[in-house]
Amino acid sequence: MADPSTFAATTAGEPAKTDNRWRPYRAVLASRLRSQRSYRTSFRFDMVGAMLAGLVQLGEIWVVFHNAKVLGGLDFNAILLVFGLANAAWAIAEVAVGHVDSLPALIRAGTVDVYYLRPQPLLAQLITGDIQLRRLARVAVGLICVVAALIVNPIQWTVATVVMLAFSLLFGTVIFACLFVTAAGLQFFLINGSEATNAFVYGGSYASQQPAAIWPGPMKIIFGFLFPMAFCAYLPALQILGLPGSPLLPAWLAWLLPVAAAWAVLAAGAVWRIGVRHYQGGGG
Amino acid sequence: MSEQVPAIEVDGLTRTFKVRRRGSLLRDVVTAVDDMSFTVQRGESVGYIGANGAGKSTTIKMLIGILVPSNGSARTCGLDPLQQRRRLARRIGVVFGQRSQLWWDLPVRESFAILGEIHRLPKAVARQRTEQLSEQLDMGEYWNTPVRQLSLGQRMRAEIGAALLHSPELLILDEPTIGLDVLSKQRLREFLIAERAEHGTTLLLTTHDMGDIERLCQRVLVVDHGRLAYDGSLPGLAATVDTRRILQIDLAEPTADLTGLGTATHLDSKGDGLRQRLAFDPKRVTVPQVLAEVSARAEVRDLSIEEPGIEEVVRKLYARRVP
Repeated sequence: MADPSTFAATTAGEPAKTDNRWRPYRAVLASRLRSQRSYRTSFRFDMVGAMLAGLVQLGEIWVVFHNAKVLGGLDFNAILLVFGLANAAWAIAEVAVGHVDSLPALIRAGTVDVYYLRPQPLLAQLITGDIQLRRLARVAVGLICVVAALIVNPIQWTVATVVMLAFSLLFGTVIFACLFVTAAGLQFFLINGSEATNAFVYGGSYASQQPAAIWPGPMKIIFGFLFPMAFCAYLPALQILGLPGSPLLPAWLAWLLPVAAAWAVLAAGAVWRIGVRHYQGGGG
Repeated sequence: MSEQVPAIEVDGLTRTFKVRRRGSLLRDVVTAVDDMSFTVQRGESVGYIGANGAGKSTTIKMLIGILVPSNGSARTCGLDPLQQRRRLARRIGVVFGQRSQLWWDLPVRESFAILGEIHRLPKAVARQRTEQLSEQLDMGEYWNTPVRQLSLGQRMRAEIGAALLHSPELLILDEPTIGLDVLSKQRLREFLIAERAEHGTTLLLTTHDMGDIERLCQRVLVVDHGRLAYDGSLPGLAATVDTRRILQIDLAEPTADLTGLGTATHLDSKGDGLRQRLAFDPKRVTVPQVLAEVSARAEVRDLSIEEPGIEEVVRKLYARRVP
């Protein structure tokens, strides 16, 4: 940076500092939205499909709880909150960054190489390269479940309850988004391994909808802390409902949600960087 | 100061790949680029040629920061392509391989608008440059057509226009005329000549087309098995490999094959010997000398000289270097 020859070089072609740095991302995203609007029928079918998928999962949980009544200390009304929070956060993350799981296709098509020719960070380009509005149907399913659960469960409304609800949706989304990015980073190694990474992306999503207390010990470590899926919905739901949780995953841990999200961000960033280094062939 | 920074500076550049052997855990090391050194000054126009798999794409990828060199260094526009990739991206334009910079589902016009935003060009600059490129590259007829519906020639013009939108000082083109018809090739070359004359853009171009090199490049780099096999002018390259020229003559009446000439070797005849092709060595004899010898035997109506094709030149260069 201090080298005067590079200083001379920077002045050429560098945009003004006052210029809006979000311009590139906004332009790409706007074009993606326009293109989705131009295929209306297909868009509507996809919306309906996404909603049905969400409802089928809900039905699955209803069937389980219809027979078991209480699992891991949660009844159906309580699990509805977990399911709703997990689904809403997952679906928001999927709308925003879900398309990063098509990275192998982008690598094959040479799109990733084209990203190298543009003056924005690769990951930022990848994330803003598309947006999947059709998955909003899934967000709707999740939010409706949350609202229903808040009505049917006896909840002591305090500031803490409201904050925890916001935490869950916000940081839950961040954690799911990080799960997608982590999977994408791994896909630099496994160009044909999207099945393997899907297993843990969708597995992680599934885990987040369950009462974590029923998990065996090792799974509590993996999905409780390594991939902090229990933080997305289960722990916040315990906190909101005033339930105690289990020894490894007590309800008060929910307040560490920002820490869990920060950990997810760091881990996803590291995996992504290792993936890019592998792509460039510089070790890793 | 910045005028003296070369457009491309490559020093001992090496890149190896580990290739897993079929059905084995062992890995073979393949050297794609082998200890390559060259410098391209600003404003130069360089043809980078070699057989498929000779290491051209690997070099280009290291020049733009996609690949990390195994050894040696590459500097592009005075910048480190890996550490300063984003800054470099504002200063180079690249069209390579089957990689499209355009959005396949959008009209060409919109792709240009987005690229203007991506490079954060001031609106007025973007508008003016887009109009200029659209006109010079004759994109008006398909300006509102989605990219996926373009013909190959139209696509290539749009890609080159897109690479030049931010007025880069270095333009890297990988096979820009491949698959184009004669007229499209001609128009594209004329555009590149005009663009370079106006903006002084440095050009690095890989091609299999002799015409591209002849029309566009002052200098040729030949890469062979990852090594630099030649660096100089095109006529110099032809001289180095001692290429024979072909003289095609049309005779007034059917004539027996012109064998046993002292100046040239008979290759083939058509139409009972009305048209015959002779090979001669331009360093040893001149065309008038060959003509004089032929005229002694038959009346010559017309003649044409075939220049060596680039494949021919490169093939001979390779053949000479094989141990």
